[in-house]
Amino acid sequence: MSNKLRKLVDKIKPNFQPGGKLEKLHSVFDGFETFLFVPNTTASKKGAHIRDAIDSKRTMIVVVMALLPALLFGMYNVGYQHYLAIGQDAGFWSTFVYGLLAVLPIIIVSYGVGLGIEFIAAQIRGSEIHEGFLVTGMLIPMIVPVDTPLWMIAIATAFAVIFAKEVFGGTGMNIFNVALVTRAFLFFAYPSHMSGNTVWVRTGTTFGLGGGTPVDSYTGATVLGELATASSDNIQVVDVVGNPIGFWDGFLGLIPGSIGETSTLAILLGAALILFTGVASWKVMLSVFTGGALMAFVFNSFGPDTAVAHFPWYNHLVYGGFAFGAVFMATDPVTSARTELGKWIFGFMIGAFAIIIRVLNPGYPEGMMLAILFMNIFAPLIDYYVVNANIKKRLKRATKKA
Amino acid sequence: MANLIKTKRGLNIPITGSPIEMIGKSTLPTDFALVPDYFHGVTPKLHVKEGDVVKAGTPVFYEKQFPDMNFVSPVSGTVKAINRGERRKILSIQIEADAKMTYESFDKPDLKTLSVEELIQTLQKVGLWVFIKQRPYDVIANPNKTPKAIFISSFDSAPLAPNNDYVVGGQMADFQKGIDVLAKIAKVHLGIKHGKQTPFAAVKNVEITEYEGPHPVGNVGVQINHVDPVNKGEVVWTINPQDVLFIGRFFNKGIIDLSRTIALTGPSVKSPQYCQTVAGAGIGYLIQGNLIKGTHRFVVGNVLTGTKVPENGYLDYYATQLTVLEEGSETHELVGWAMPRFRKFSVSRTYFSFLFECKLLSKLFGNLKYKWDTRLLGGERAIIMSGEYDKVLPMDILPEYLIKAMIVKDLDKMEALGAYEIAPEDVALCEFVCTSKLPLQQIVRDSLDYMKKELE
Repeated sequence: MSNKLRKLVDKIKPNFQPGGKLEKLHSVFDGFETFLFVPNTTASKKGAHIRDAIDSKRTMIVVVMALLPALLFGMYNVGYQHYLAIGQDAGFWSTFVYGLLAVLPIIIVSYGVGLGIEFIAAQIRGSEIHEGFLVTGMLIPMIVPVDTPLWMIAIATAFAVIFAKEVFGGTGMNIFNVALVTRAFLFFAYPSHMSGNTVWVRTGTTFGLGGGTPVDSYTGATVLGELATASSDNIQVVDVVGNPIGFWDGFLGLIPGSIGETSTLAILLGAALILFTGVASWKVMLSVFTGGALMAFVFNSFGPDTAVAHFPWYNHLVYGGFAFGAVFMATDPVTSARTELGKWIFGFMIGAFAIIIRVLNPGYPEGMMLAILFMNIFAPLIDYYVVNANIKKRLKRATKKA
Repeated sequence: MANLIKTKRGLNIPITGSPIEMIGKSTLPTDFALVPDYFHGVTPKLHVKEGDVVKAGTPVFYEKQFPDMNFVSPVSGTVKAINRGERRKILSIQIEADAKMTYESFDKPDLKTLSVEELIQTLQKVGLWVFIKQRPYDVIANPNKTPKAIFISSFDSAPLAPNNDYVVGGQMADFQKGIDVLAKIAKVHLGIKHGKQTPFAAVKNVEITEYEGPHPVGNVGVQINHVDPVNKGEVVWTINPQDVLFIGRFFNKGIIDLSRTIALTGPSVKSPQYCQTVAGAGIGYLIQGNLIKGTHRFVVGNVLTGTKVPENGYLDYYATQLTVLEEGSETHELVGWAMPRFRKFSVSRTYFSFLFECKLLSKLFGNLKYKWDTRLLGGERAIIMSGEYDKVLPMDILPEYLIKAMIVKDLDKMEALGAYEIAPEDVALCEFVCTSKLPLQQIVRDSLDYMKKELE
């Protein structure tokens, strides 16, 4: 198979090379060729003649693999929330299939729009197609509410890929995490859709599946939404049909929320993979959790008398997008701080800011997205100071000698 | 007790083909050449023409900027051809060796009466200067600048590198003499490997520092950075321990004897071993009959920093090893980036091949040796991953930022971030691990040349 495929590729290749009929499409062809076959370019005359087998495609595929537990759980949870809301028990497979069918169109739209733009941009630049969107395209469906209209996702994805990434020069050059820009665009462009109680749980049918009407006690609010709108300073948070829930429900993740963010357990499985393989920085991840826990603890102890400030610090870490952001968003190496000391500071500030926004700004029940985007701006500044310390040390050494 | 410096950052690459300690070939070929490109930054001006008879030590060309700096013939024989390329650039000067080696006669210099200026003058005249390199810029040392120190690393930690204890060990008298010569010019630092009986520990007239850690701890650049880093305006000289022998021999015997023991290494060599040869020898006879089947790449030097040469290429003057490995350009791996790839090495754990390094598993499944070839195994990208380089560069330098400054040719930044301290070989491991497959050594080389041109 491999040989036949290779022959086919070799046969059509001349068409895309300079002078060929389809020369203009050579980036697209390269993209497909390098996707199918590891490039056989060998090392130059001088330099390292052997190389580590890792490349950016491998890195990206590992992250995508790490996202799978949370994605699969998210699909199941979409179905679970639906059937919980309409008061039916559909069994495991129907529940999962309902979720799968609800989420799949979002994935297709996200990849379709993003990769399309990526291909065009590579063609315009005349460069190889970069695989950064492999991860972004998977992240986007996981951080949107299930009932987000597909056309909104399409527009937001297009906006993010073009204005947060391609105009900066493509993968590796962006300042903001592309998936989060998509989310932020949705949040600010369509606020009525992106907050409130109607988007988190799909109560209608999906491709004809799962008909029914919500039970009387149904509310579609997320836990953080409940906290933000709470009238007293100490409330018991509940699930969509009014049963009280606590830390372990948030940890396991059968709660309303964006598709992939609800299960801290599934997210931690992914975290284990990207930490073990060395793709993500444990420093960033750990410091986000530390920063968040500490800040929430401070609010628990001294904070204002509001429900969200009284929400126990350990619950803050498992509800909302905190864990997902810490594991998959903050650790994006391109938009995170790049120096080792910088990573500690960067992560800590994200954790702290996320909780500050949750507690002190009732307009935004979820602070993680804004905290990360905010720290994306500051990452280069943090690095600047760390790098400067190295420069100063070298200068001092030189002047001491002289 | 010597100072001990430990580093953890670095990497010993598990590649097969380390030389066993025996001398295989010791007959010499007749085919020798001087390749000016092997001497970085040198503009050659010829002393000889085709047909001239030369002896070992006869000047063949000199450097345009320093007319005293001779590059001499390694053997006695006849200048067979002077090959030129575009714009009459000299590509190589081929010398056909005689059956019997004769040496250019020099007055045996007396170290005691020689002044430092005369010493430097002599080293240039007899062609030994080329072995002394300098930081900054990693080029042949400028004889007009006084170094603050001379650094020698007695051990080579590069992949499959020769064991200098074995290669130099029997010639410690020449080595000590060479050291005495250098010590006359500046303080000599000698780095030795910690925890190992080594003849270098007994060398006099030097300051010894012990080192422990993975490659690149044997790189002299790393050692300089730990002991006495190069600041702006300062110069440090470096020289390979094997080349110290040449200087020692000259002062002991009054001849230029560039014979050396090189290691024949690499996965494609049937029986990796040492060979007795002379600088500038054609490599053909060294590898004859000692290769496994395949499409080979011949690398003069080690697999991380060496230069690719054709099968009929030549050793350069600095080479202490010759590495042969599979070229691999005919390999097409279907979706390799998504495959398990048990025989591919990665320092990250994104391939699960590292599991087979564990003793139990390798017993169960047989010893899966890593397969190496010269493919880049990926496309070039912008720098995406962070912290990769830091893990394999045990120097007080932020490699990613230095490289970025170099890419944009920002002189001030380069200077501030430590470009004076670095040589291409120091970033060789960074290049090896780089996910974005950037040609880091080339970037550093070009930037150092650019700095030298702009700042000197």
